[in-house]
Amino acid sequence: MSEGISQPDQPQAIEGEGKDLFSKFDDVIALREGLLSSGQEDPFNLVMEKVLSPTRAICNGRDTILLGTYNYMGMTFDPDVVEAGKQALADFGTGTTGSRVLNGTYQGHKEVEQALMDFYEMDHAMVFSTGYQANLGIISTIAGKGDYIVLDIDSHASIWDGCALGQAEVVPFKHNDIEAMEKRLKRIPEGAGKLVILEGVYSMLGDVAPLTEMVAVAKKYGAMVLVDEAHSMGFIGDNGRGVVEDAGVIDDVDFIIGTFSKSVGTVGGFCVSNHPKFEIMRLVCRPYVFTASLPPSVVATACTSIRKLMHGSNKRAHLWENSKALHKGLKDLGFKLGTEEPQSAIIAVIMPDLEQGAQMWEALIQGGLYVNLARPPATPANMTLLRCSLCAEHSEEEVGEILSIFEQAGKQVGII
Amino acid sequence: MDRAEVDTKIRSLIEPFNKKGVTITEDTTFQNDLEFDSLTVMDFVAEIEDEFDIIISMNQQAEIENYGQLVDAVTKLQAD
Repeated sequence: MSEGISQPDQPQAIEGEGKDLFSKFDDVIALREGLLSSGQEDPFNLVMEKVLSPTRAICNGRDTILLGTYNYMGMTFDPDVVEAGKQALADFGTGTTGSRVLNGTYQGHKEVEQALMDFYEMDHAMVFSTGYQANLGIISTIAGKGDYIVLDIDSHASIWDGCALGQAEVVPFKHNDIEAMEKRLKRIPEGAGKLVILEGVYSMLGDVAPLTEMVAVAKKYGAMVLVDEAHSMGFIGDNGRGVVEDAGVIDDVDFIIGTFSKSVGTVGGFCVSNHPKFEIMRLVCRPYVFTASLPPSVVATACTSIRKLMHGSNKRAHLWENSKALHKGLKDLGFKLGTEEPQSAIIAVIMPDLEQGAQMWEALIQGGLYVNLARPPATPANMTLLRCSLCAEHSEEEVGEILSIFEQAGKQVGII
Repeated sequence: MDRAEVDTKIRSLIEPFNKKGVTITEDTTFQNDLEFDSLTVMDFVAEIEDEFDIIISMNQQAEIENYGQLVDAVTKLQAD
């Protein structure tokens, strides 16, 4: 018998005691503990105990106006949409338990893809399980090693992750800077594959991209163009097709990425395209293949919602009124906003710093108003923002109520 | 342009970004010594790209930690 086995374990002096793989998060843990130790309600741990409508919920026990959801078109309680989901649950069950390319394509998945083709008047539509996966999948699959991706520095995390997964050469340019974008395109070696990635609406400040100019420049250099319209679908453009429609460049972009988790009111992501070879993506795109497809109830609600959004021009008009009224009201109160004019359904209120931002968030939630607290690193230029996203179901009176809660909170915290 | 010339050019470009007046040697790191955040990196890289008419992709940037490595990379890129 070996001596080693019968010896008791000996305590070893290990260098860097108390350190493990989680040590890299110590700064974040400390920042969070510092914030909460002041008695601050946790902005990232809010629970909605009951959801009353697209614009109201009981949050932490209080009746609260929701101004920090992406429910732009207020479709989550639409009776037709809810009914379609119930019917699909009854007819097709709770889930598909499989990939789209195996057992996970039901009638409903084909129907929602047809609804997207009709909505955008495009030849192909491919539905993913989330919007994050749509960007991850499409970008990483079309732009691989040796190809070049030119993208806005303020792009969403899902875009950056898609770039990283595909291993293309990644070349960012200053936010919305047409000249900076052109310079980079010009320097790409001849013969290399080129993809330009833009967003219609940038979700942090709620500003739109100058797509007319940018898409023209991208085409001039022979690049393919992908535009993420997550925050504009259903709202911007005469038919709600997004900033690409509003800017008149929808026929020049190669791919539009979108999501069901904002205006559509459920969850899922998609890509629409007119590229003649687009269907091959279903076999080569790993984030599409190696995950379970959306449940039947989700695709049924999405399909019904998308078809209703085609006829949503009255709602679109009311949402614009809300956006303009809130923007003007906040500006008049003396708040600093992310854009000079309202450009989307997102109005970002710029806070002096994280501490006052958190205090302001708490004063608002106690006053019965929920907004998004956005902070670095998710924000541009390390800003702390209170992001307000409006809904077509917010009434004129509610916008007034929102403004008076802002006024009271702003004075209490000493920001205005 | 040889390495010494590239070095001289980059030294003048880095000046406005070197807010704390750190003495720059070959081993000076951008993250720890100069404390560049991601936006500063973007602006600084854009200055260099424009000056030398090159692309330094983010993939290449990930390999560059200190000043000497940057001068090497730019010397090579502008010669290609």
